[in-house]
Amino acid sequence: MMKTDVLIIGAGLIGASTALQLAMRGCRCIVIDKDSPGRHASGANAGGLRQLNRDPAEIPLTVEAAKMWRNIEALVDSDCDIRFSGQLRLAENQSDMDKLEQRAAMVRDMGYQHEEMIGKKELYQLVPALSPHCVGALICREDGYGRPYHALTAFRRKAEALGVTFHSSTEAYTIEQEGEGWQVRTSQGTFSSQILVNCTGAWAGQLAGLMNEPVSLTAKALMLMVTERLPHFVDPVMGAASRKLSFKQMQNGTLIIGGALIAKLDFALEQTEIDWHQLAKSANTVVDFFPQLKDVRIVRAWAGIEGFMPDNIPVIGASQTMKNAYHAFGFSAHGFQLSPVVGRIMAQLILEGRSELPIEPFSIGRF
Amino acid sequence: MKNHYQLLIIGGGPAGLAAAVTAANQGVSCALLDEQPAPGGQIYRSIESVPEQRAQTLGAEYRRGKELAAAFRECNVDYFSETRVWSLNREREVGVLHKDKSKIITADQILVASGAIERPVPFPGWTLPGVMQAGAGQILFKSAGVIPDDGVVLAGSGPLLLLLAWQYMQVGVEIKAMLDVTPLSNNLLAMPKLPKALLAHHYLTKGLVYQRDLKRAGVVTKIAVSDLRAEGEDNLHAVCYRHLGREHRIETDLLMTHFGVIPHIWLTQAAGCKHQWDKSQQCWRPQHDKWGNTSIEGILVAGDGAGINGAKSAEHAGRLVALQALFALGVLSQEERNKQSANERKCMQSERHIRPFLEAYFAIPQTILATPDKDTIVCRCEEITAGQIREAVANSHADSNQVKYLSRCGMGACQGRQCANAVAHIVADAGGQPVSAKSHFRGRPPVAPLTLQQLASLEEQR
Repeated sequence: MMKTDVLIIGAGLIGASTALQLAMRGCRCIVIDKDSPGRHASGANAGGLRQLNRDPAEIPLTVEAAKMWRNIEALVDSDCDIRFSGQLRLAENQSDMDKLEQRAAMVRDMGYQHEEMIGKKELYQLVPALSPHCVGALICREDGYGRPYHALTAFRRKAEALGVTFHSSTEAYTIEQEGEGWQVRTSQGTFSSQILVNCTGAWAGQLAGLMNEPVSLTAKALMLMVTERLPHFVDPVMGAASRKLSFKQMQNGTLIIGGALIAKLDFALEQTEIDWHQLAKSANTVVDFFPQLKDVRIVRAWAGIEGFMPDNIPVIGASQTMKNAYHAFGFSAHGFQLSPVVGRIMAQLILEGRSELPIEPFSIGRF
Repeated sequence: MKNHYQLLIIGGGPAGLAAAVTAANQGVSCALLDEQPAPGGQIYRSIESVPEQRAQTLGAEYRRGKELAAAFRECNVDYFSETRVWSLNREREVGVLHKDKSKIITADQILVASGAIERPVPFPGWTLPGVMQAGAGQILFKSAGVIPDDGVVLAGSGPLLLLLAWQYMQVGVEIKAMLDVTPLSNNLLAMPKLPKALLAHHYLTKGLVYQRDLKRAGVVTKIAVSDLRAEGEDNLHAVCYRHLGREHRIETDLLMTHFGVIPHIWLTQAAGCKHQWDKSQQCWRPQHDKWGNTSIEGILVAGDGAGINGAKSAEHAGRLVALQALFALGVLSQEERNKQSANERKCMQSERHIRPFLEAYFAIPQTILATPDKDTIVCRCEEITAGQIREAVANSHADSNQVKYLSRCGMGACQGRQCANAVAHIVADAGGQPVSAKSHFRGRPPVAPLTLQQLASLEEQR
């Protein structure tokens, strides 16, 4: 039997970040995963580092996370290949502008400065390649993007250097409370720990169920497509106020195109099927904004399986049914940016029973 | 093009053409999609338009495609040439690009007759301009009569290399050397398979004739060559190799290599059909039963795309699998299917007698497949070397997909269609594991490049 202080189930970025923060505080951790680290959403996401347009409840966390990404090398000994190129939401008409201005005002009223409006002139200075029909944008200049699998690997390796072990192909079958602690029977033997942490993304509902804590988590597969490499022509990551779009040019010149496009998913078999009609719509949107890209070749489309909550904000906090159990899941396709701060919050919760940032909105009991 | 067919055949080589002829006039709606401008596939490329003299040089094996193409032209299936299939899924939805417009069509039965590709094998300098695959050279000859005008070095292993050398010799191409990398130990391993191969002795005889003719013509053939290397700055200048313990160097600006052929599995893989590692053929192939059914209902395979067995076998398999599709569509009874296919199966099996011998004799040694020099580029799209792949494995990335995530190997323009095989061998070797069904990159569609505009045109279908 393997014994540890904290057993984290799920070797995605949230699990790896939690393990790292615990290890930094001298706590012994094991991370297990039914597949391999970053096999699902953590490896398959678009890598957006976005504070822009977050749910108000997430704003305190996202702002703190942005500071951590700025200084990420100090945390994980790797720059995670990050670019701080800004993110913006395009307005195509006055009604888009009104919508975005309202949003900017709301964020300002909360006391934050990271989201601001820009007019047509500045927009075209920032993105000269953009089709001339846009009228302005909401921007967060500090935002950017990274390479998700590289970031995950950096977090994992740093955690490993501090004594954390990761076990792949280790599926948790049953969990049992043993006195104050836990026994988890897996496909690779039994693990015993004081504390159990559920970081299992789209699979977290099943684990929460084993803790008698049913949660309305839905697994969905989000599609992305990537093009051949192009000469550098655009810096900021772009979305649109009233259309499904997520568009960025990566470090290597490829374009990553997405925007909440849902693939067909057989969750039990973990099989995803690309919905080409949706991607066709997305390709049309891209060509509307950048007509010069019409002959660019798409080389790959894929879908990653992620857990979504009904209100699209995560569950972060202690179990309300079991002692010494914690949850961090349901990031609803925007967990990449939050992961460093969520790891820190989890470590604080587990070791000190408090969180430096407000996490009440993320309580598992909120529904 | 209709939105739905009862039977859809993908590929216009021997298997696809024979299947179409079999399925025609049976009262089912049937279409054949093919990338090429005319029927024939790679093996019978340009068969309808080839000038007589060139057809003579290409040999009787090639000329027999004429009859098949003619029969196909006469049969009443919907034929779409220059049509690219860029996606196939388990629901039998087929992404098609025809006349620059994309479309998704469906079918009750889909026969994937995708044929073979040449096995890409990385060696030092293989990405230099001036190094090309022998099969590509042969296609240039078949389709346009293009031959090297300043001599060529041929290197590698397999029957096609010998055939191309013989064809080149016929049309006066200077063959600077034939460098056969097949190790002598293969002879021993192949010997036990020889008696069965003698049942198909015409193949053996033909090979011996080619060898004899080449020798008479003074073509230098070096057996059991190792350490093959292409040298040059921007272009190929020379080919280096080791033979009988000594280093040799031949100046040339053209090197054609061949390391056998492997099934084209991108479509069956994209659909999620189960694949298995074929140890003898050193490649993956879709799992299928004796009627060509894959693990997904309604998706069938025939010909080299199902496992390498050659053109004649493919033709018989095409007919046999078409009969199975007709049975599945309720057009033929089980009894009729069995009866009509009995002879095809017999012919197909007798064509295959030679295969175990050929596979053992021409097996590519592990030193070439699994242990290329660390600086050798393996993924040419992303320029990832064998050393970087081994480093990723050492950094606890145990399988090809994890290596891909970390290194971007196989993530470029060709999506690993070129390097998947080589990466699997290297990853397996580095991890001390045999190559298995799981060593392949997960397939990511589209299986052929598609522009944003072409994809966007899919909306017009709605």
